[in-house]
Amino acid sequence: MDAKFPADLLYTKDHEWAKVQGTTATIGITHHAQDALGEIVFVDLPEVGRQLKKGDTFGAVESIKAVSDLYSPVSGKVVQVNKDLSSEPGRINSDPYDSAWMVKVELANPSDLKDLLDAKAYKGLVDSL
Amino acid sequence: MKKTPLYQVHVDAGGKLVDFGGWNLPVQYSGIQAEHQAVRTRAGIFDVSHMGEVTVEGPDAEAYINQVITNDVTRLVDGQALYTVMCREDGGIVDDLIVYKRDRERFFICVNAANTAKDFAWFQENRGQFRVELKNLSDQYCQIALQGPLASEILAKLCQQDFSKLGYFHFLEMPVLGKPALVARTGYTGEDGFELYLPADHGTRVWNALMEVGKPLGLLPCGLGARDTLRLEASLALYGNDITDETNPLEAGLGWVVKLQKPAFNGKAKLESVKAAGVKRKLSGIRMLERVIPRHDYEVFTADGTKRIGKVTSGTLSPTLDFPIAMAYIDSQHTSDARISVKIRDKFYPGEITKMPFYRRKKEV
Repeated sequence: MDAKFPADLLYTKDHEWAKVQGTTATIGITHHAQDALGEIVFVDLPEVGRQLKKGDTFGAVESIKAVSDLYSPVSGKVVQVNKDLSSEPGRINSDPYDSAWMVKVELANPSDLKDLLDAKAYKGLVDSL
Repeated sequence: MKKTPLYQVHVDAGGKLVDFGGWNLPVQYSGIQAEHQAVRTRAGIFDVSHMGEVTVEGPDAEAYINQVITNDVTRLVDGQALYTVMCREDGGIVDDLIVYKRDRERFFICVNAANTAKDFAWFQENRGQFRVELKNLSDQYCQIALQGPLASEILAKLCQQDFSKLGYFHFLEMPVLGKPALVARTGYTGEDGFELYLPADHGTRVWNALMEVGKPLGLLPCGLGARDTLRLEASLALYGNDITDETNPLEAGLGWVVKLQKPAFNGKAKLESVKAAGVKRKLSGIRMLERVIPRHDYEVFTADGTKRIGKVTSGTLSPTLDFPIAMAYIDSQHTSDARISVKIRDKFYPGEITKMPFYRRKKEV
């Protein structure tokens, strides 16, 4: 069960995760999100340099049956984008927390992190769905 | 939600169950792409028990049906079926359906699940003076679709008989595993295959037996997700998406099921005038040039994005082409445009209008 809710990450109710290292947050979608979508076929990610406000739509992830917007859990500037995902979108299904990270954001507002859920709270949310 | 008689089979097979128009059915088992490829290269099996079954019987059955549908059942021999639509007087499509002719006085009709009650009421409203008895037998049947190049071999193994002489859109009524069944060489995938209409309590047994015989040949259980990618590649219409009561068959590319030479049928006058005037829009195929999926109701524009020229009715990623495909109603003056664009989440993405079907199976020599 732990593998689906890594303890060292923070989460949103829209099923994104954020890994904070210093002033950078690495962002992706959770196991629950990829499972609900099914086989992911395309992912639409922003350009490096894009300024995001917390809650902004920063892209989309598509499976055959559904498309889901991606919402930024934090405010900041996109400093890195995972280019591997355009040729291997299925990685999001097989490895959502690691090699299928989507963007890295330079935090504008570290206090944004306070609103995010810890693993236990996120798991509680998912279990109640 | 309603459950089909095969519900437990899906649970036991690990199907991902969803709410499909009020029915609890699997969208997939092992994965949409794997299931799709199984049907294209080997065989797949689908539970389509949610579809509706209606019988029309009586001395005027043939004339009655010919009044209600656009196609012509008088051309059918006993044991043959046809695909058709039925229209309102304004030309709008009530449903698309398959009519199986047992004989001139006995017909068996398969209608869409979502429209079963509506269609049966429509049949009754249109009875007029025709001497026919109408029965909605949907609860008595379950239906299994076995589709793919190996479907015939698998069914032959199960039934211990050869189906090579059963032609496309022909059917047999015969026992399958001891109970009466209607075995039709019809389908919704663009592949060879069969639709088996079985007594409701017999479906599980037949499903399990087909899986046992077919599994060594690579038969996979398939869900609604693959059903949609398969039919869209084959450019088969889906009622509610591509055809509705606000579309007529001529603009939907279904002129081939409209036999205007019939003396009379519902919607004839309107369809004749549409034909004379020319359709204002046409259901067209779109192939996207970027990897993003156009979906129902997304708007279609000219290539430069300045003029709205249509709307997407169905779209998906084609597993066979490995590119997004869609069907869309496009204004007639733009159906020859080389390039178009589709507005997807506030951005314009390029596509091209392409001939349909997107996929055609190789004919056996």
